[in-house]
Amino acid sequence: MKKLLALVAVLAMALAICTACGNDDSKQPANNNQQTGGDKVVTIGVYEPASGENGPGGKQEVLGIKYAQSVRPTVEINGETYTVELKEVDNQSDTTKAVSAAQNLVSANVSVILGSYGSGVAIAGGPYFQQAQIPAIGISCTNPQVTDGNDYYFRVCFLDPFQGTVMANFAKDEMQANTAYVITQLGDDYSAGLGNYFKEAFVGLGGTVQEAQFQTGETDFNAILTNVLNSDADVIFAPSSIQTAPLLIQQARQMGITIPILAGDTWENESIITNAGQYATDVYLSTFFDENDTANPAAAEFVTGFKAWLNADPQNLTNNGGGDGVAAVSALGYDAYNVALDALEAANSTVGADVRNALPGVNYTGVTGSITFNETGDANKDMAYVKTIDVENANFKFLKTQSVGE
Amino acid sequence: MKGVLLPMDNLSYYIQQLLTGISVGGQYALIAIGYTMVYGILRLINFAHGDIFMAAGFFMVYVSASLPLYISIPVVLILTVILGVSVERIAYKPLRQAPRMSIMISAIGVSYLLQNFATYYTGGLPRSYPTIPFISDIITIGSVTTSWITLLTPVLTLFLVLGLVALIKYTKIGMAMRAVSKDFETAQLMGIKINNTISLTFVIGSFLAGVGSILFFTKYPTVLPTIGAMPGLKAFVAAVFGGIGSIPGAVVGAFVIGICENIIKSMGYTTFSDAFTFVLLILVLVVRPSGLFGEKSTEKV
Amino acid sequence: MAKDNEKIIQQNMLQPEGLNPKIKAVVGAALIALLLLGIWGLEQVLPAGSIVFTVLKKGAIYSLIAVSLNLLNGFTGLFSLGQAGFMLIGAYTYAVLTIPPESRAAVYMYYDGGIIDFALPVPVAMILAGCLAGLCGFLIGLPVLRLKSDYLAIATLGFAEIIRAIVQYDKLGPITNASNLLRSFPVFRSTLFPFIVAGLCIAIICLLINSSYGRAFKAIRDDEIAAEAMGINLFVHKEMALVVSAFFAGIGGALLAMFQMMVQARAFTSAMTYEILLIVVIGGIGSVTGSIIASFLFIACSEWWLRFLDEVQIINGFQVPFLRSGFRMVVFSIIIMFVVLFYRQGIMGTKEFSIDGIYNFFRRLFRGEAKKPREQKGGGAA
Repeated sequence: MKKLLALVAVLAMALAICTACGNDDSKQPANNNQQTGGDKVVTIGVYEPASGENGPGGKQEVLGIKYAQSVRPTVEINGETYTVELKEVDNQSDTTKAVSAAQNLVSANVSVILGSYGSGVAIAGGPYFQQAQIPAIGISCTNPQVTDGNDYYFRVCFLDPFQGTVMANFAKDEMQANTAYVITQLGDDYSAGLGNYFKEAFVGLGGTVQEAQFQTGETDFNAILTNVLNSDADVIFAPSSIQTAPLLIQQARQMGITIPILAGDTWENESIITNAGQYATDVYLSTFFDENDTANPAAAEFVTGFKAWLNADPQNLTNNGGGDGVAAVSALGYDAYNVALDALEAANSTVGADVRNALPGVNYTGVTGSITFNETGDANKDMAYVKTIDVENANFKFLKTQSVGE
Repeated sequence: MKGVLLPMDNLSYYIQQLLTGISVGGQYALIAIGYTMVYGILRLINFAHGDIFMAAGFFMVYVSASLPLYISIPVVLILTVILGVSVERIAYKPLRQAPRMSIMISAIGVSYLLQNFATYYTGGLPRSYPTIPFISDIITIGSVTTSWITLLTPVLTLFLVLGLVALIKYTKIGMAMRAVSKDFETAQLMGIKINNTISLTFVIGSFLAGVGSILFFTKYPTVLPTIGAMPGLKAFVAAVFGGIGSIPGAVVGAFVIGICENIIKSMGYTTFSDAFTFVLLILVLVVRPSGLFGEKSTEKV
Repeated sequence: MAKDNEKIIQQNMLQPEGLNPKIKAVVGAALIALLLLGIWGLEQVLPAGSIVFTVLKKGAIYSLIAVSLNLLNGFTGLFSLGQAGFMLIGAYTYAVLTIPPESRAAVYMYYDGGIIDFALPVPVAMILAGCLAGLCGFLIGLPVLRLKSDYLAIATLGFAEIIRAIVQYDKLGPITNASNLLRSFPVFRSTLFPFIVAGLCIAIICLLINSSYGRAFKAIRDDEIAAEAMGINLFVHKEMALVVSAFFAGIGGALLAMFQMMVQARAFTSAMTYEILLIVVIGGIGSVTGSIIASFLFIACSEWWLRFLDEVQIINGFQVPFLRSGFRMVVFSIIIMFVVLFYRQGIMGTKEFSIDGIYNFFRRLFRGEAKKPREQKGGGAA
């Protein structure tokens, strides 16, 4: 009994400490949306990985958002000019760490959230945003489960069923492949999902599929690749994180596997070329945008402006992986930011629920094409860009655009 | 998991898988020696050992950025040794009289610190390891294609282990180490400088972890703050399997684990490749706690 | 906040040591009510997304898990590192059994909706979560409890890893969803829920510790051979401690799953166990209240108070050095190392925080008896 009482006393103490400190701090973020020294401020949360296996990709996405902020730093709400502030959190590419990052954003009382790179972290954070009634705009999280059943999650990119079909068609038509070896990461929603959709599409086209999985954090793919080498596979399809890609490519080529390696949008990151070096031959991937596609005037303007902005600050160049190539996710980040601002204007409010209600009505013509949302909150997009790695120039070379007629 | 279509008569397939396993085993062996020697002397599971291996990887990434490889390799090894010895001096030495649980907790704390510091310093992003010329080149023998490093790892491992065994058997320092591991207090009474001997153990352990890290990261050239944890645990299991305190035992254990793990992966049971190591550990602990080559001792377990 | 109560009691009662049990019960009940009322009040005042609730919820859950680990490490002297495995079982049992049938198709999308087509009520699932974890603890205990100290530690750590692998096994996918995450199960909204559940569980653990079994545990911790000579069955008592610890770790895991709103096996690594072990060490190995205080401190620091270390701060155009992403964890681990090396007793040592202690502290304070600063500092502990 004594201990029981002891326990209660402690809980009371802990609570007292928390309340004492809680009052000053928790009021602060609430003020962000109102007066701060005369200027009206609206805060947009940036929910991206800055570290972990998809860190380099998250940084590129943030670059797009920050460039958009520099181009369009204010927004008109109810006839008043609000300055946009970004609140960045690092979800560390890890579903468990993401929960804490998401809570941090929610407690900062942001009006709308952008992100994330990687579907798993988006799925993990989604329920928190929904509970707090803050709309989130996914930038490159392609798994259907991100928006499915969550009416506060939207996204500006295409989905994995589409992307999987695109790559299956590409493998079948361009590569004349009959057998594909699908290598996916266990427990990663992006990798498992995309691999699954590729498999369905490829089998639907009359191909056969063999499968292998690896664990998160795996560095040694030799066992799987030896099986690939001794199979009659014509292509490898390996959607995976940025961290895994160079290891897989390098070990495959070192083992003497010469068949093409196909992957999804995450592989469009220059760090993969740097790390895989001379081995990155015959690698194909699908993505959302190409900087040389100048048919769209908005895209041409964005590419010039973004490159100038990148080159102005060495820190930006480092975050972009060293060069001034325009990653598709940066373009998407730019678009997502603008969609968010359009929604804020349309809602005439900084309250999350109002912004959410305004989002389905947004019709924005951006760098990556026009963006409107369907009833699940996904952008109506039907075109993917297939690229390959150009080892000599160490960049991504555009091959073709591909869309699927349903 | 499905579709294990193995060409059963394909010899080169088995050679390739075996080569990979042996190469992985060699890397584990170099780490396992550090565990087994420290345990032999201090009765401490040095949980931070895997992180010293990780730190050696990062040292190389940063040192080789400004120095040529033939200088940076020795510099990296020296830095690793300094790190290993400082960990011992700062985190283990003050607790020498404390209960064994405290010193183990201290080791866990060091591991936590090293990982967090590496995350902070590198920004948590995977870093690419420099390519060491020649040993990462591709070699084709018959129908088997592999890189030089795969062949070099086990050879170099055996060479280093033989040297180490000779050191322990035939030199005065080696004798001192054996004495300390047999009986701490008596050794002290006989005039052996305990602290120096313990430091030397950490020097050797860290040096081998440094060599192991060069071999490991040349093969898998991505360095991460958390990369040391799993190889570290597996190397420890190897040390237990071989009989903790026994250097040949650790090496044999490491090769067994490396090869078995690779067989499991190649059969498609990737999920169990790590778990297998621990099943082996528990079997050994329950059936034969002194391991394959360990001395029978009742007070150890 | 307890000050006023104490004052009144102090005026009325002037016993030399300790308080009348009846009054203690009243004070205790009052404090519980006050605490719950306080939380309820906070929920009315602060916005629902406030970080305070995150800290309170997670702190309560970690308290339970830390106390369950302390029961093994601190009170029975079994150095176990298997807590993450038990939490994993609890979290998965709860999640698998409570996902509503209509959501299963979406969650088990790679396994055609899984093979379970019912959902149990939350309390039943939580108790089952604990029971399954306890059963697992029982089975693990059979082989490994013969081992001692660091061998036991590494064997339990190994078992936790094996559990993680089995849950992720593809063939079990229709039940566990393999390595994909589980979500859409019922979660709690109110901060009161984890407080009440964790509080009840910790109270049960306290009762156990103070029973004759608890004394047997402590005897085993202090000297196994002597304990055996006294007629204590070592294996039975160790097994019991392990099962109880696993049971509550399982319930803690279920609470954690509810808190995170999703659960994925790969999160339950040995790093998670280390974190809990460090909490126990900071609080004091062998002190229930120490573990609780340390849990709240640990969570508050990592989620809230030290957050600013992760953000680049610019004061008057001068960028504060070192501050950037990740620095928080460095500072944090240095503090932990400091505690491990220099304050091996932790916050509470093996002492407990009790009403008697507070009472005596205030008594001395108001009667001017507390002259020695050392007593004042540790006055809360009895």
